[in-house]
Amino acid sequence: MPQIRNFSIIAHIDHGKSTLADRMIQRTGLVESRNFRDQILDNMDIERERGITIKSQAVNLPYVNSKGEEFELNLIDTPGHVDFSYEVSRALASCEGVLLLVDASQGVEAQTVANLYSAMEHNLVIIPVINKIDLPSADIDQVKEQIEVDLALDSDMAILCSAKEGTGVEDVLEAITVHIPPPDGSIEDPLRALVFDAHYDPFRGTIVNLRVFSGRVRPGDKIRMMSTGATHKVEETGIFRLGREPRDALSAGEVGYIIAGIKTVSDTKVGDTITLDTDPASSPLPGFKEVKPVVFSSVYPVTSEDYQGLTEALDKYKLNDAALVFQKDSSAALGLGFRCGFLGLLHLEIVQERLEREFGQFLIMTVPTVEYHFTLTNGEAIRVDNPLYYPDPATIQKSKEPYIRTSIFIPERYMGAVMDLCLERRGVNSRFSYPTPGRIEIQFDMPLAEVIYDFYDRLKTVTQGYGSFDYDLLDYRENDLVKLDILVNGERVDALSQIVHRDKARPRALQACERLKEEIPRHLFKIPIQGAIGGTVIARSTISPFRKDVTAKCYGGDITRKRKLLEKQKKGKKRMKMIGSVAIPQSAFVAVFKADNN
Amino acid sequence: MNAYQKHGLYIHIPFCRTKCPYCGFYSIASTSLISRWLEALKKEVNHYKDRFECFDSLYLGGGTPTLLSAKDLEKIMQHLFTHFDFAPNTEFTIEANPGDLTPEKADGLKAMGFNRVNLGVQSFNAQELLFLGRRHTGEEAESALKTLRASRFDNVGVDLMYGFEGQSLKGWINTLNRTLTFRPEHISCYQLTFERRTPFWSMRTKGVIRPIGEEEERSFFLTTSRFLEEKRYIHYEVSNFARKKIYYSRHNYKYWHHVPYLGLGPSAHSFQNKTRWWNFRSIRRYCEALEDHKAPVEGYEDLTNDQMRLESIALGLRTRDGFAIKETDLDSQSADMLSRLQNSGFLNIKKDRIVPTRKGFLVADHLPLCFDILVGLPV
Repeated sequence: MPQIRNFSIIAHIDHGKSTLADRMIQRTGLVESRNFRDQILDNMDIERERGITIKSQAVNLPYVNSKGEEFELNLIDTPGHVDFSYEVSRALASCEGVLLLVDASQGVEAQTVANLYSAMEHNLVIIPVINKIDLPSADIDQVKEQIEVDLALDSDMAILCSAKEGTGVEDVLEAITVHIPPPDGSIEDPLRALVFDAHYDPFRGTIVNLRVFSGRVRPGDKIRMMSTGATHKVEETGIFRLGREPRDALSAGEVGYIIAGIKTVSDTKVGDTITLDTDPASSPLPGFKEVKPVVFSSVYPVTSEDYQGLTEALDKYKLNDAALVFQKDSSAALGLGFRCGFLGLLHLEIVQERLEREFGQFLIMTVPTVEYHFTLTNGEAIRVDNPLYYPDPATIQKSKEPYIRTSIFIPERYMGAVMDLCLERRGVNSRFSYPTPGRIEIQFDMPLAEVIYDFYDRLKTVTQGYGSFDYDLLDYRENDLVKLDILVNGERVDALSQIVHRDKARPRALQACERLKEEIPRHLFKIPIQGAIGGTVIARSTISPFRKDVTAKCYGGDITRKRKLLEKQKKGKKRMKMIGSVAIPQSAFVAVFKADNN
Repeated sequence: MNAYQKHGLYIHIPFCRTKCPYCGFYSIASTSLISRWLEALKKEVNHYKDRFECFDSLYLGGGTPTLLSAKDLEKIMQHLFTHFDFAPNTEFTIEANPGDLTPEKADGLKAMGFNRVNLGVQSFNAQELLFLGRRHTGEEAESALKTLRASRFDNVGVDLMYGFEGQSLKGWINTLNRTLTFRPEHISCYQLTFERRTPFWSMRTKGVIRPIGEEEERSFFLTTSRFLEEKRYIHYEVSNFARKKIYYSRHNYKYWHHVPYLGLGPSAHSFQNKTRWWNFRSIRRYCEALEDHKAPVEGYEDLTNDQMRLESIALGLRTRDGFAIKETDLDSQSADMLSRLQNSGFLNIKKDRIVPTRKGFLVADHLPLCFDILVGLPV
């Protein structure tokens, strides 16, 4: 009977988690080197391109140590971005230990610390692993010091490796078997299994990834989802090697999957507990919470003919993303669309990219917004996540917006620039600590609204890439909020309305007016662009009309050429949105809220 | 409109003494291939002799048609008369370079049947002519015009060019005035256009010459139009003016109204029954094909009704005739747009036609994008 070890690898982005996972898969012989496709676990194109993991995956590694003892090492891969921290926590809850991976040339960074705290909350054994020791800029001693001081871990335990070159991987595997304890939990107790992920397979339905804490589950069993009470019949149980491998049962301590005729991933909630309907557990496993979206945006097709295609695309997309929520929406300017909720800006970008790439849907997205809370003069409390439902200013008694606590790690020399950036973004309550000489950790309380656009990109720019940040939701705080409208040729464009802090209204309006001036092509008439709060214009720009557009000669051969050009232009025009008599390209909507390019 | 139009015949003479740096029409600056080309042309005529009905316009363009000797031009005309039918009142046009027009030459052209000459003048100003790479002088141009009148040509067209760096509005008016002393029946005023694969194009890319600004272009155009209209010329097409309707370029008219025309010679275009086709540009390939008993056609397109409609509209917006329209052709959005365009002074909505104004001419390339016409073939 092989011994079991359940573990995860946590790290800051780009510290080499996927590469290390690849090497471990290789080393345990799951796949021959020549069939190897780098980073097998990241099997979504977007993940590969961006170098990040979006979905959790688990793989069961068969390992035989130098003494000939057999092990099953369950590696549970975790999403690497702050938007998906809940998924990370559930994956960690399924483990007994983690490898804490630190890049030898970059050192400990924001998410290293954040993930570490997560691991500690779950009382996991932590094995520090220093990766990329092959790099010339690697400074192992300094990193060891950071591990001792920043992370309060024993640096002697740290394993040195270079996943890229393959050195130290054996040591890592050995350390897992030695330091991470075997799972406990009795097969005799009622079934309690933690759902840490689910994905949709078009042939089999929803595949649920779970860690069994007690009891046993087999095909034929009737299981119950404890959060909703829904029951399903188990068709298959198994583990993940490179593909699914069915097994007779999954027992306490094991990690694997079940297939149970579950239609969509929305029917399986991450963090839920699965038990047997016939012998249910008395209480669910701790830590379950309903995932809540934080950033909202409306999505519209470029032309109304595409609406059906968009509906189908979203439905298909949702099969594999339980976190995305959406409902029908409509706008005077843009017609029928959907109001969507995302876990964060990265989530939003990923959804948009995947919809475009996989379903051929070109979208107009409205300015992303957070959820605001208003107290009206009649005492009513309302929540608004769509600027179109911003209440009549005359009726607002109090307005509140969500605040976050950010944690920013930077080298000392960027302190001034980062301070400016945070203050510019209405950061308050700054605190500093000096984890190691030359590095600063800055903490700020900031409005989430200021962060969702391009805070991360700006931070990277002002710190030349060395800055990193993470955040937690704090509370709602009162502020002076107003609704900024954008008018094109005198008509309000719903999709561009935003709720902003009064102090930010003018700069935001100016930026929108300038961006639109660049993006909207010239027309036969002058086009005024205005930013307004209520009836007051606070910023403007003008697109001058073009004054001449005619070819001198139009004889025999010119006619075909002219017609072809017209056909091309007409086609391009069809992809623009008509707001009154102004044709606005899709790119204009995006440009208005994208990052400042200075 | 087209009921009483017969077909048009175009011959492309691909030879020039020198190449002007702005010109995008195909020609070579060498006369060595003339006889070979002539033989090939004859074969091409034979190829098409039963495919087109009667012509009522013939246009010899190029290149420089007057570069050919009287003898060669005679050969061409003879061959055409033998193999094609021409209506009694056919317009026979030849393009001419002022440097080629001796009295003998002019008389010769008249004798062989030409009743219209289009003179490539461009400018009378020495500096401008130098800039444009022309091989004649202003005086030679005036002399050529005198010669044409002396040889009794009563249908003379003059080509002029404006809109390049260094030319003032005053200088341009001067050019127009000098032209007007001869009261030509037809004047073409072309704004300098940068064409790919010409020396001017690369010079512009390198920054050696700079195009004039949009406001200036507009100013030149409007001034020209107003000035010539004042002098009682009809501004009947974006770049073309005529003293009376009978002096409109009958041949060019066919291009703008989907009247069938046949184009012979390298790079020439033809149109018949919703199909457009064109010949190889290269003289060599043109000759080789014909010597091999094949038509020298490089490509063709069969137009759909939608494409025909789009062309009618685009071409219609460049001429005083405009384009035909029925109420049922428009959806409400387009009808709306057309009203707005009328209110802004770009066009006029008549009973069954849309007609551009002078202001509309200025943006004729953009107007077709402003509205959608449901398919209906032009009247």
